[in-house]
Amino acid sequence: MELFIQQVLAGISTGAIYACMALAVVMIYQAIDHLNFAQGEMAMFSTFIAWQLIEKCVPYWLAFVLTVIISFIGGIAIERIVFKPIENAPVLSHVVIFIALYSVINSAAGFIWDFTVKSFPSPFGSAPLFGSSLISAHQGGMVAVTLVLLLLLYGFFSFTRVGLAMRAAAANPASSRLVGIRVSWMVALGWGMATALGSIAGMLIAPVVFLEPNMMISILLYGFAGAVLGGLTSPGGAVLGGFAVGVIENLAGTYIPVVGSELKLPIALVVIVVVLVFKPAGLFGRVVVSRV
Amino acid sequence: MSAHEETVVHHDIGESPEGAERLIAKPAAPEAKAGLQLRHFVFVALLVLAFVLPAFTKNFVVFQLTQTMVYAIAIVGLNLLTGFNGQFSLGHSAFYAVGAYTAAILMEQAGLSYVWTLPVAGIICFILGFLFGLPALRLEGVYLALATFALAAATPQILKLSPLEHWTGGVQGIVITKPDAPFGLPLNQDQWLYYFTLIVGLILYLAARNLVTSRTGRALMAIRDNPIAARSMGVNTSLYKASAFGLSAFYTGVAGALGAIIVQFVAPDSFTLTLSIGFLVGLVVGGVGWLPGALFGGAFLLFVPNIAENVSKGLSGAVYGLLLIAIIYVMPSGLAGFLQLIVSKVRGK
Repeated sequence: MELFIQQVLAGISTGAIYACMALAVVMIYQAIDHLNFAQGEMAMFSTFIAWQLIEKCVPYWLAFVLTVIISFIGGIAIERIVFKPIENAPVLSHVVIFIALYSVINSAAGFIWDFTVKSFPSPFGSAPLFGSSLISAHQGGMVAVTLVLLLLLYGFFSFTRVGLAMRAAAANPASSRLVGIRVSWMVALGWGMATALGSIAGMLIAPVVFLEPNMMISILLYGFAGAVLGGLTSPGGAVLGGFAVGVIENLAGTYIPVVGSELKLPIALVVIVVVLVFKPAGLFGRVVVSRV
Repeated sequence: MSAHEETVVHHDIGESPEGAERLIAKPAAPEAKAGLQLRHFVFVALLVLAFVLPAFTKNFVVFQLTQTMVYAIAIVGLNLLTGFNGQFSLGHSAFYAVGAYTAAILMEQAGLSYVWTLPVAGIICFILGFLFGLPALRLEGVYLALATFALAAATPQILKLSPLEHWTGGVQGIVITKPDAPFGLPLNQDQWLYYFTLIVGLILYLAARNLVTSRTGRALMAIRDNPIAARSMGVNTSLYKASAFGLSAFYTGVAGALGAIIVQFVAPDSFTLTLSIGFLVGLVVGGVGWLPGALFGGAFLLFVPNIAENVSKGLSGAVYGLLLIAIIYVMPSGLAGFLQLIVSKVRGK
């Protein structure tokens, strides 16, 4: 039993990383209606910008805020420059552009900052939280920040005009345009916000996994899995999904004999797929009903 | 060469499921209107070129061309699923791996001739694909992408498992002996495998072409364009979708077996998600829903990373990405849409 509790706690602390990323994934899914494969790399690039600022002796929180702003603008810029010209291309062509962006950003980051591992400071320190050796103060802080972001997002989408407009633009572009919403800019705004969220996720994750151009690959996959498990239409579900993926992964590694530790990732994915077969819109996702 | 002129599914029944229409570059039949003569002439010319090419090129180039055809076969498989049936897959590296390992194990441990490994690999993959297609029936779009992704992520890990090491060779993989040309043909091994792949590819291509222009093909496309309408017309959507998965896996499995034979080596890490993504990229640059585009896609998959590497060692990933973006800018619907544009420009429409 003690082993079980320990593994669940360890799962929650890695799950916090996935939850952060899952939140960013859901954010962009809300805005553009598909998954962005380059999102992890964009978060990684933002984190490098923060690292560069801190190296230049900018105080942590100032660097944090600057990075979020730069990422926000960068996200909008990518949407305007790369995606606007091909907005009418088939969906699969967009997916290929994501793959291309992934390649460009990864390669560029490796070129600018090279592939050596760098440590990234934590604003919360790394002391154990409540005397438990499994969750550090940083991971506690990460969970807290994720939850605060979730609340802010909820407030933004539920109670502000812009939030409402963004939801409308994603749900029904044609009607939204008719009532005066600038749909195309709403998409750009969604990109900006998703990139900003991604940069926060990156800066929170970097102290745990260390900073290097390939740090986000597996995290993004787990983030996707968490987001899909929780339901891509539900930010709260995505965060829960992220935690769940962390816990499932840890438990599978501990309790399934022989293959458990070798097949941690596939087993977690298979569990998710099984859940999806029974709940095709994810655990908390809204079921989309189309009128015929 | 394509069947879209025969697609008779209209959208007047109501809103189709979101994205279904935008998934496919609609009329992807570049030279469909250019008349039968031109189309057949191009086909025959390409075929003649393909047959005489090895006589004038170096062995390494012959090998590369063979590899291109192998990728093209896999992309045709993916196209049958994604382009004609509207199901998304990131898991085709798994079927490619199963095909490759089937060939390797049958040749090296059961002593079977390489020719017979192809149908066996294809059939095993068909069964696996069909079975995987059944639970996948309930999933669409990104959810299906995740499920197939799980397949791709699991495959290298499963191949490395210690209980299977006796057959798979674990991390080391299996080395395969290269077959010689039969009947005393005056060809070296690379040249023979080139012709062998060409013939297999040609048979598979013609079969795929006939399939998509048949009643079955129309049913597959009807499911892609409007599943509800298709079901109302009496198409057994579950059976067709699962069969499409199986068939697609069949093609990819045969490609995997051929790939293993020409590379003479299989190892778990050759069959990662990167390969699946490569197939997807190849499919899109060639043209979704246009079978001959697979050849262009296969060439892209093989040569463009090398070109990028030559342009800049340190920034090869960035060059590759930029080339890819440039291609999508110039041809948003792949080569298919591009050729169609040219044909319509030339004919002054």
